Amino acid sequence: MIRTAFIVFAKEILDNFRDRRTLASALIMGPIFGPALFAFAINMSIQQSLENAQQTMELPVVGAQHAPNLVRFLESENIDVVDAPGDRSAAIEAVTVGSSDVILVIPERFGEQLADAIPARVEVLSDQANNDADRDTRRLRSALYRYSERLAGIRLLARGVNPAVLRPLNIDEIDVSTPSGRSAILLGMMTYFLIFACLMGGMYLAIDSTAGERERGSLEPLLSLPVTRGQLIVGKIAATCLFMALSLTLSLLAFFVALEFMPLQQLGMTPNFGPLVLLAAFLLFAPFILLGAALMTLVASFTKSYREAQTWLSVLLLAPTLPILIASILTLRPRLEFMFVPSLSQHLLLVDLIKNEPVNGLHVAISVTSTLLLGALLTWVCARLYRREGLLG
Amino acid sequence: MIRVSDIYKSFGKVRAVRGISFDAPDGKITGLLGPNGAGKSTTLRVLYTVLKPDQGSATIDGLDVVADPLTARKRFGALPHGAGLYPQLTARENVAYFARLCGIDKTEVDDRVNDIIKLLEIDEFAERRTKGFSQGQRTKVALARALVHDPRNIILDEPSNGLDVMATRSLRELILKLKDSGRCVLFSSHIMQEVAALCDDICIIANGQVAIDDSVDGIRSRTGCDDLEDAFVHAIHMVPPA
Repeated sequence: MIRTAFIVFAKEILDNFRDRRTLASALIMGPIFGPALFAFAINMSIQQSLENAQQTMELPVVGAQHAPNLVRFLESENIDVVDAPGDRSAAIEAVTVGSSDVILVIPERFGEQLADAIPARVEVLSDQANNDADRDTRRLRSALYRYSERLAGIRLLARGVNPAVLRPLNIDEIDVSTPSGRSAILLGMMTYFLIFACLMGGMYLAIDSTAGERERGSLEPLLSLPVTRGQLIVGKIAATCLFMALSLTLSLLAFFVALEFMPLQQLGMTPNFGPLVLLAAFLLFAPFILLGAALMTLVASFTKSYREAQTWLSVLLLAPTLPILIASILTLRPRLEFMFVPSLSQHLLLVDLIKNEPVNGLHVAISVTSTLLLGALLTWVCARLYRREGLLG
Repeated sequence: MIRVSDIYKSFGKVRAVRGISFDAPDGKITGLLGPNGAGKSTTLRVLYTVLKPDQGSATIDGLDVVADPLTARKRFGALPHGAGLYPQLTARENVAYFARLCGIDKTEVDDRVNDIIKLLEIDEFAERRTKGFSQGQRTKVALARALVHDPRNIILDEPSNGLDVMATRSLRELILKLKDSGRCVLFSSHIMQEVAALCDDICIIANGQVAIDDSVDGIRSRTGCDDLEDAFVHAIHMVPPA
């Protein structure tokens, strides 16, 4: 039994290592493409958020001459006051058509009202439906609040009152997320790429061993040999598993390298992704390899041709990513019942690992066992299906 | 020795084989002759154990192909219709793979593969990957693969399909060699002349039933046709449509 399966396994490895398409998808497309795309996307978003915080914002102000002190204050807050359209109605027009995101209007009576200690009116014109404008508006508004607070403090002092009476509460926000924890949100995406790469690695083998053999006409000669179909399918699934393991290893290494090139520390993130975590991640995902190989072989064995198998397996590539997507949207935390769901359990455990949080041993045990059992069950189903005549097409 | 007894096989509503029986003795070449869709391939596929008959049985050297396919498979070598090779493997690797799966010991595989490569005259392209092989080269390698474990019974489904004159000729010589060494050769064809030139016994089938099972001369006298093609056409019309 083992000997025959091994002969099949060895042949499939040799055969597929010589096939450029299989190699490209197993060893390049999956493992390299994912991390590269990931690094690119994360870099872009980091750059953007860093730039936004430091950038000086340009603010058109109508009637700047009525409030020279306010203008100076704004400039000290890194907000550049620039020329605005002539008057208030022109300013509204400019915001409406979108030629300016936000405009500050200072009425003529501003100085007068300020001097009389009447709330001095300023207008912030913006289009609330515009996301970009929203960020600038918030920045302007908080600058104006600070200016207002400062003036209030000066007024109270002038009347001999401690400005602290206006602050009954002293609110201190303390963020307990660790730098590793913050990175997990971004790096949770990584599991998606890992699973994708892993499946990609075995896809062509799964197709080749079923639909491919049939299309080539090598299946009937193979099935008329004195070996059981169970032996054949075990050898083929084992070969698929090896390619998937290879692909998974490469993509973990690629992530390891890619993280080196990401300015994550600038955002206060230090993902826990050393060699040990790399190894742990591999072991965590290893049971998923068997499941994926058996599942792809199963689906491919139902198809009539290589092309059809390719189409179905491309769809199948998305299936294990669904739980991850849902988990990311709902920001699910590891729970016992989630550990029975393959791909979701691996995702949640890997995120914990990267966050450098203690990983629940029972959770790991359930994830590993349930995924392995499901993989073994699917392998058995494959072997059963390999026996039916419909396989010949 | 191959014995087919009253086998039936349907695919959905199509009744491909409706009670076919015949014997293919050792040391003889038996031809399975019939028009396209007569049930030749289905019969052979039952014999080389990839299909199970709905009814009836077949034995190879007395071993039941339905009850114990695994043991029966050791006794025959099969060349299915349109048999394909692994394009990324060399001709030698293709043959060696099957040799290993047939249970030939690792130490013996090389010798056996060398022998069969010599026998089938594929030395010239044995070390090349089979991608891009001509039909003749492919058939030779597929044959080598089917014969590498030295089976007593040989089942060939339309082996001469797509072969040129030279390739057909060397195939014919090989089949005669196998017969002379006492093996049982069963092959199918839809070309009367080819079968007549080679076979000791001819089993003409049409619409899933046996029309005539006899020697070439026997067929001539039973149909009353001197011309073999006429005899073939005459025989086919002896069977009612399915």
